[in-house]
Amino acid sequence: MLIDTSTIGLIQVEEDTKILPPNVIITTFDKIVNWSRLSSIWPTTFGLACCAIEMMAVGAAHYDFDRFGIIFRGSPRQSDCLIVAGTVTKKMAPVVRRVYDQIPEPRYVVAMGSCACTGGIFRTYNTVQGCGSFLPVDVYVPGCPPRPETLLEGMMLLQEKIRKEQARWSPWR
Amino acid sequence: MDQVEKIFETRELNVNMGPQHPATHGVLRLVLDLDGETVVNVTPYVGYLHRGIEKLGESLSYFQALPLTDRMDYVSAMSNNIGYVVAVEKLFGIEAPERAKFIRTMVGEMSRISNHLLWLATHALDIGAMTVFLYCFREREWILELFEKICGARLTVTYPRIGGVRNDITQEFLESLWKFTEEFPSRILEYETLIDQNRMWLKRTIGIGVISAEEAVNWGLTGPTLRGSGVPYDVRKFTPYDAYDRVEFDVPVGTEGDTYDRYRCRMIEMRQSNNIVRQCIEKLPPGPIMADAPKFTLHPKDAMFPITHPTKEHAFYIDEKVCKGCGMCLRACPVKAITGEKKKPHKIDQAICLQCANCLAVCKFKALKIVPGGKGLSEDKLKELAQAPLPEEITKAKEHLVEHFTFIKRGPRAPEGDLYVATEVPKGELGFYFVSDGSGKPYRMRVRAPSFIHAGVLPRLCVGHLVADVIANIGTIDIVLGECDR
Repeated sequence: MLIDTSTIGLIQVEEDTKILPPNVIITTFDKIVNWSRLSSIWPTTFGLACCAIEMMAVGAAHYDFDRFGIIFRGSPRQSDCLIVAGTVTKKMAPVVRRVYDQIPEPRYVVAMGSCACTGGIFRTYNTVQGCGSFLPVDVYVPGCPPRPETLLEGMMLLQEKIRKEQARWSPWR
Repeated sequence: MDQVEKIFETRELNVNMGPQHPATHGVLRLVLDLDGETVVNVTPYVGYLHRGIEKLGESLSYFQALPLTDRMDYVSAMSNNIGYVVAVEKLFGIEAPERAKFIRTMVGEMSRISNHLLWLATHALDIGAMTVFLYCFREREWILELFEKICGARLTVTYPRIGGVRNDITQEFLESLWKFTEEFPSRILEYETLIDQNRMWLKRTIGIGVISAEEAVNWGLTGPTLRGSGVPYDVRKFTPYDAYDRVEFDVPVGTEGDTYDRYRCRMIEMRQSNNIVRQCIEKLPPGPIMADAPKFTLHPKDAMFPITHPTKEHAFYIDEKVCKGCGMCLRACPVKAITGEKKKPHKIDQAICLQCANCLAVCKFKALKIVPGGKGLSEDKLKELAQAPLPEEITKAKEHLVEHFTFIKRGPRAPEGDLYVATEVPKGELGFYFVSDGSGKPYRMRVRAPSFIHAGVLPRLCVGHLVADVIANIGTIDIVLGECDR
């Protein structure tokens, strides 16, 4: 049965979203999936170096990650975001990759700090020059270490990125 | 009977803990052999954060290697910086002025407080007390904000310099720090209310990771990890550096040598540090903040102002007779205002020139001349004016600039020899060993990192206890893997 929507008083609140008072909301599937995903990004508790301390500071009460729905999870199986916080060495790189592989889809990677972005000041024999060489990085957060506000900005950028995703819920993506 | 034995055959369970584990304080990897819940053997694997800091330090000059030191023990970066600059100062044979020494002592103790706060936060979080984590970070944020006030950075500060400190502290900063020291003892009481008498905390810490005084010394433990066993060894007391011989403080020691005693030691140490900070504020003398050792320290930037300050309208001019056309100035120019072929006199395009004085610093043949007030004049006029003698302030500034450049490029020439200098960082005894061959870079730089030695004692502490106590033991020895692996 098809309903003629022009006659039943739908109110358009924003693009692609209409409300039928009192509580029926019509929207696209993309929008609702992305909205729920971006509102609860759960990163893995995985600190590598200095940036991990700043990451902890963001998780604590002063900067408060929780208000963005970002809660640290101890296991990669339960999380959907990997914050690479610190220098990735050649010995550590396979482990980082393995942790990433254990995260179920959809998964996102945030490279936090100069070391994770480009290798930073450690241009040595044992440092991977940027974790972008073995991970698909979504957001690069610069700084040595980045201020907590910078990491918050980075996570908000990731949220914006997720908001624009299309049909990532389908098996044919 | 044989069959029954076969059925009930027990084997040791091999568990890999880390490098990705929320409670291993970074990237420590432990391989545990378990008999049921009891730990039979522990093998710590380190090196997951080996970034080659020592090797990097050997390829950088003494000035340039300073930022590497705060990436070692990133929880107490200030103390690491101080450890490095104290060692290098001893190598150079220079001494920081009184005011700088007191400032360093002050910020070093602030760093100790912030380190112990983070230690308490994570240690309690690992054992299961979440609230302490949030409380500790409240005060840690406060200290980091104070750090930000003096040097602009929160974590990796690089505030101390060889021969002093980077910039002077203000009265406003001292007032806010004083306010912190007044407030902080009551905050320590808050943490103690949460866990000091908490039955679960006592159960998880008393009698766990016991190590006797003799054994602790033999394992090479230092810092609060050693003092918990009752050995009152503190580098600040035994070989005082900076202003530690002019402030009064006690060295707290434990009696049993278990996790609880080490916890108590660190809590009392925080109070002592608070007292030291207060004493430093009270006794802070006026005076310079950089040592007067022009061969080893950077010149103040104001000394170069007569040349580099943009308000002074100079022109730079290359003397055609002296210029050999080596191309050094050509490469140093940031805007490519200098043109010319090799082995022929170069020329500066006055329209593009920024008056940055880079070319002046690199010229080996003294072909570059400054013409004070010569901006906008014609080439012939410049040639004429360049022959006139320079005012004294500009000649001096020119010397400063050239010396500054050589310092940055080659580093200060250290006397030949080797030395080991230890300082007391929050983790324990941090030692720097330098072998100098007389050049601007150390021939060998070696760091005695307390975390590395503490990580070695883990098997001794854990064997015979339960798996859950492994976490408590990792927390109590207070390791940071950045320093451990370097």
